[in-house]
Amino acid sequence: MLSDEARKKIDREIAKYPPEHRRSAVMAALAIAQEEKGWLSTETMEYVARYLGMPPVAVYEVATFYGMYDLKPVGRYKLTLCTCLPCGLQGALEAADHLRARLGIDFGETTPDGRFTLKEGECMGACASAPVLLVNNKRMHDFMSKDRLDRLLEELK
Amino acid sequence: MLKVEIDGREIEVPHGTTVMEAANRLGLYIPHFCYHRKLSIAANCRMCLVEIEKAPKPMPACATPVTDGMKVKTASPLAKQAQAAVMEFLLINHPLDCPICDQGGECQLQDLAVGYGPSASRYTEEKRVVLAKDLGPLVAAEEMSRCIQCTRCVRFGEEIAGVMELGMIGRGEHAEIVAFVGRAVESELSGNMIDLCPVGALTSKPFRYRARTWELSRRRSISPHDSVGANLVVQVKHNRVMRVLPLENEAVNECWLADRDRFSYEALEAPDRLTVPLVREGGAWREASWEEALARAAEGLRGGFGVLASPHATLEELFLAARLAAAPGCAGDFRLRRADFGGDALREGIPWLGLPIAELTALDRVLVVGAFLRKDQPLLAHRLRQAARRGAEIHVLHSVDDDWAMPVRGKRIVAPSALAAALPAFGEALAGGKNAAILLGNFAEQHPQAAALHAAAQALADATGARLGFLGEAANSVGGYLAGFPANGGLPAALAKDAFLLLNVEPPYDMADPQGAMAAIGRARFTVSLAMFRTDLGDVQLPIAPFTETAGAFVNTEGRLQSFHAAVRPAGEARPGWKVLRMLGTLLGLPGFEFASVEEVREACLAGRDVAALLSNRIAGAPPVAAAPAGIERIADVPIYFADPLVRRAPSLQKTRDARPPRAWMNARLMKALGVQEGARVRVRQGSGEALLAAALDERLPDDCVRIAAAHPTTAGLGPMFGTVALEPVAMRQVA
Repeated sequence: MLSDEARKKIDREIAKYPPEHRRSAVMAALAIAQEEKGWLSTETMEYVARYLGMPPVAVYEVATFYGMYDLKPVGRYKLTLCTCLPCGLQGALEAADHLRARLGIDFGETTPDGRFTLKEGECMGACASAPVLLVNNKRMHDFMSKDRLDRLLEELK
Repeated sequence: MLKVEIDGREIEVPHGTTVMEAANRLGLYIPHFCYHRKLSIAANCRMCLVEIEKAPKPMPACATPVTDGMKVKTASPLAKQAQAAVMEFLLINHPLDCPICDQGGECQLQDLAVGYGPSASRYTEEKRVVLAKDLGPLVAAEEMSRCIQCTRCVRFGEEIAGVMELGMIGRGEHAEIVAFVGRAVESELSGNMIDLCPVGALTSKPFRYRARTWELSRRRSISPHDSVGANLVVQVKHNRVMRVLPLENEAVNECWLADRDRFSYEALEAPDRLTVPLVREGGAWREASWEEALARAAEGLRGGFGVLASPHATLEELFLAARLAAAPGCAGDFRLRRADFGGDALREGIPWLGLPIAELTALDRVLVVGAFLRKDQPLLAHRLRQAARRGAEIHVLHSVDDDWAMPVRGKRIVAPSALAAALPAFGEALAGGKNAAILLGNFAEQHPQAAALHAAAQALADATGARLGFLGEAANSVGGYLAGFPANGGLPAALAKDAFLLLNVEPPYDMADPQGAMAAIGRARFTVSLAMFRTDLGDVQLPIAPFTETAGAFVNTEGRLQSFHAAVRPAGEARPGWKVLRMLGTLLGLPGFEFASVEEVREACLAGRDVAALLSNRIAGAPPVAAAPAGIERIADVPIYFADPLVRRAPSLQKTRDARPPRAWMNARLMKALGVQEGARVRVRQGSGEALLAAALDERLPDDCVRIAAAHPTTAGLGPMFGTVALEPVAMRQVA
């Protein structure tokens, strides 16, 4: 299911907790699995559950609670736009409309060419730079005016 | 001790008590949904907010520990305002259509909304919609929009059933209760989630929309299935049993029921209920009057007969059946799935659990020998699970390695013939405990070397200071001894007779050796069957009443005698079993059958004896352990939903995973030796019978063993539950 390398990474995470609390590594394990597989399928979650000795539904709870886990395949670039209050007051809703129009997709959808997925995110703790946007869970972009959004899309094309 | 004042009343409580518990002790009610005294504290419904002096804001009573001198107000303006606000939030997304909800009339949310909510909603926006889930044949999750996310069902799974099958996915407004993708709820305790759900989200599939709670009258009863004797509330409408719920009894079943106890009532209306006496005439069955049928039965039984009585029969039925069996020329027994009766001459009393059920939770070392614990006694498994959660070490000696949904410290899985020899290995594990017990399960009691196992377990118990107990096969496993069984030589003697009286027994499914029993009945000159359901065996069938239609008593595995009355009138012309047996005794001219009431029978049975004084698990002497048989050993379980005539006919239980038809389970080495793949057909031969079963892989089985369940039509042709079998693969062509 997962590569030796991924399993080694998960083992490192498990080692951070007392042996009877293997399941504490579930968030890290899901992140590692997602990195390798691109998204979290039912089978992947079941595998992680077995690996950590916990009920599959408990893994499912965690995977659905946090926005960074993808339970459906996503495009090459996943754009997560914060629409919480501070970002919303600073123009996140306009930014969302702009992205929808430019990409032709709504939140939770992927462009037909498999390049972009648009997601609605919650506060990322960078309200001073609102509105903010996250690319592939890793790269944060701030002050997302229409211009800067266009430039970002060009760069990612 | 801490002093706390709640609503102006003072009480002293120990450290660690919550405000909710202290209030309950004072008899004060604080509204709540997620709080349940048997479950962990979640404090997520917020309904129990109360005012606590010097606290800046209302606090949840269920999660706030009492401190010394604390002053609590549960109904002050601040508390009431907080409770009303929570109620308003809870009702925002809850459908306000109680008249079409199955829970209407017995809904905590409905009741508390009347007490603490406003009379009209201020909310005009759209409500959230949550899609229905399919959780299997017992628990309906059709209206999940009604869920208020109290997570009682989730915590029940984790903490009581031992398997977390439901979880809450998503977050905030998108949170919902689900099973893992594509799975159902399969726990044998799943029905309790229906009771726990404070709203109409989880409801009973068999009962849904069949009656309203206020139309039902309630009768107390006792479960006739396992040895726990769970206390029941049988709910009745128009002389029909509509539903069965638990009756709380801390000493026995607490507030829980196994699904078997809860849903077996469906069998009461099975299409093959026997409702009139039948006599065989010229090979065909004909309806007859009671006079005729009884006269035929008495005439046929004259000259001696064997009595085979179900351990699920009431104490009074068993007492009168044993009295018949004690007559000259007769014999009888109620331990129909037993193979070894060598212990009868050696035991010093009636085998029992060895300690009260409630004390199981306090054990710190437990060795369970030969038990399908989780399926045979689900509520005893729950008690041991709670013990394990508190740190008790559970050890298992068995021939299969089923998941018991509890932490097991040590286990040895050996062939049935090697069980007795493996016992001493647990000495060290048990010796470390202050409160240890060795519990022998159904498999150990049905074992062909049961007496040797008993003696070996006693030796180990004596050496380690552990208590010794038997989990008990059925509702009246202790009661049957009390009633006077075994009589005149017990089961072997009874089976050697040429006429039979069957009391609630279906020989193909309820006997240790169905092949042998069927052959004996086939040879017999006469057989009368007192039963709830029709059979094709014998010459006369007399309809008797199931537990819901008769008065009686069961003595559970801890020796507790629990009596009950009929909840409904008998179906058709069925009569209480004790009355039928009384008539038979009188017609046969036997003395001692003049009873006017079921209470008189019970008094005669007990004869002023103290039940507790008769219980003993001591065995004098140790029968030798026989050598292991050569060949492939059969391991036979009695699956939970095939164990007695009622559950076999309960349609909803029969749709569960536990009711799947038997397969021939074996490990990979045996599969390879036979040259079969998983799913391939194998022919199982035992004695003169055979069965065609699908091979299935269970890597945890011991070598040269095959697990083939008993009590099912596909395996009823086989011989004894233990012993050797011959296996051979079947070519695909032959199957078609």
